[in-house]
Amino acid sequence: MSLVSAVIEGVLLGGYYAMIACGLSFMFGVMRIINLAHGSLAVVAAFALWYIADRLEYDPFLSLIVVLPAMGAIGWLLQRGILERSARSGELVPILSTFGLAIVIENALFEFFGADIRSLAPYVGSLSYDSFDIGGGAFIGELAVLTFAAAILLLGGLQLFLTYTPLGRQIRATAEDPDTVELVGVNSRFVNAVAASIALVTVALAGLFLGLRANFDPYAGSLQLIFAFEAAVIGGTGSLWGTLLGGIVLGVAQTFGAHVHPQGFLLTGHAVFLLVLVGRVYGPGQFFRTYLKSKLG
Amino acid sequence: MSLLSISGLDVRHGLLQAVREVSLLVNQGETVALIGANGAGKTTLLRAIAGSHRATRGQIHLDGLDITRMPTYQRVARGIALVPEGRRLFAAMTVEENLQIARASGRPGEWTVDRVMETFPMLKARRKARCGTLSGGEQQATAIGRALMTNPRLLLLDEVSLGLSPLAVDLVYKSVESLIATGATILLVEQDLKRALKVANRVMCMLEGRIVVEGDAKTLTREQITDAYFGHQKRAQTGMAP
Repeated sequence: MSLVSAVIEGVLLGGYYAMIACGLSFMFGVMRIINLAHGSLAVVAAFALWYIADRLEYDPFLSLIVVLPAMGAIGWLLQRGILERSARSGELVPILSTFGLAIVIENALFEFFGADIRSLAPYVGSLSYDSFDIGGGAFIGELAVLTFAAAILLLGGLQLFLTYTPLGRQIRATAEDPDTVELVGVNSRFVNAVAASIALVTVALAGLFLGLRANFDPYAGSLQLIFAFEAAVIGGTGSLWGTLLGGIVLGVAQTFGAHVHPQGFLLTGHAVFLLVLVGRVYGPGQFFRTYLKSKLG
Repeated sequence: MSLLSISGLDVRHGLLQAVREVSLLVNQGETVALIGANGAGKTTLLRAIAGSHRATRGQIHLDGLDITRMPTYQRVARGIALVPEGRRLFAAMTVEENLQIARASGRPGEWTVDRVMETFPMLKARRKARCGTLSGGEQQATAIGRALMTNPRLLLLDEVSLGLSPLAVDLVYKSVESLIATGATILLVEQDLKRALKVANRVMCMLEGRIVVEGDAKTLTREQITDAYFGHQKRAQTGMAP
């Protein structure tokens, strides 16, 4: 039974990973930019929510009304001020500049908030430790279920937005060919700034759930970035449903690893990620393609 | 007044000067064909009019308004549409989506997805198909339809027959002719001289970035054009519009 509950737990954890990977995958899919400040930006949102909860005693869910638009605005500034400029100098420059930005953010947070470990859990009543009895002596956390549901709503909503709205179409077309999209009357700079804002709104949500389910400190961003990266790569970068699947695979691998051995949590997650990565590069699919090429010339 | 007027236009690709001191006028309702060898600067000239390339010198006016420094998407809103060389469709999106996206500028007019389907009946069955799966002719029809969806006043067609079967070229040109019949203003680049002379009122021949011969499609002889094409009369007058 505990194995079953480990799998269920892993699936639900996957919802959280899908949520932090969402913005990363979206930004890569649309703007071809790998944002290494992704994790640190989620921590910024978590600190903002914590600050409002601690000083003004507002419920973190309620303060999303302020924090989500604020993070969206940061996304706009990030695109216009840093990403757009650095992308002009080549594909690798945005990686370097967002890496630098991550360091700046971490140290600025440290300067302002100190090294203390924070959590949003104390501000939401008993949500972070309440659970549902699913029978057979197994329980699943309410927060984990909420996170998973939020992830599905977020990814599904984003997918619907991209498929059916004019702005969503413009975002997809800009991702495919930013020069040609201008020729049909789309302002690609505006579209990219909107996309960056959307990505950062999802990052803010990820920051909320990071703060609710665990602790964070100014340097917590890099581990979140790694999880986001692994989920996005396992699921296939740029695909939203793939990202959900990738998050679930990562979550199940980690909880299964922890089930086998107390040290197995991170190790198994990384191992699965590496297996998928190696499989992508040297795996049967790639092997088959090279074989076909050699046969067909 | 001319719909499009260009004076002393220079366009560069880095060190290469692709368009040199080009001046031309296109009047409302006119069809002008631009011919010339590969590398003569035809595509660059069209892209400069559309806004994809910036002019280093000279002016471009659309209906009296200086658009030389205007961003591409704003020119679309003013009524310039380019059907780019190689079609450049959004391959992962459907035919319908490719057409709908061209409504982004919000320019009012009569073109709708349904009207494009009527103009290019071959697209009717492929409406929900991804553009990557279309045949060359269907892709070209979609690309022209996409440009029309912006309700342009000036349509720029860059080698619409390139890479198509003769049958598909016939179909594409039939629809171009029906567009011309509705009074559209078109500036087109075409390698096939016979077709160009058939649809156009006026012909301009480019050589090494300059317009070397220009004249009425009916009075200009094939010899004059081929001489200009191959550079046999480099000193020919750089003609202005009549």
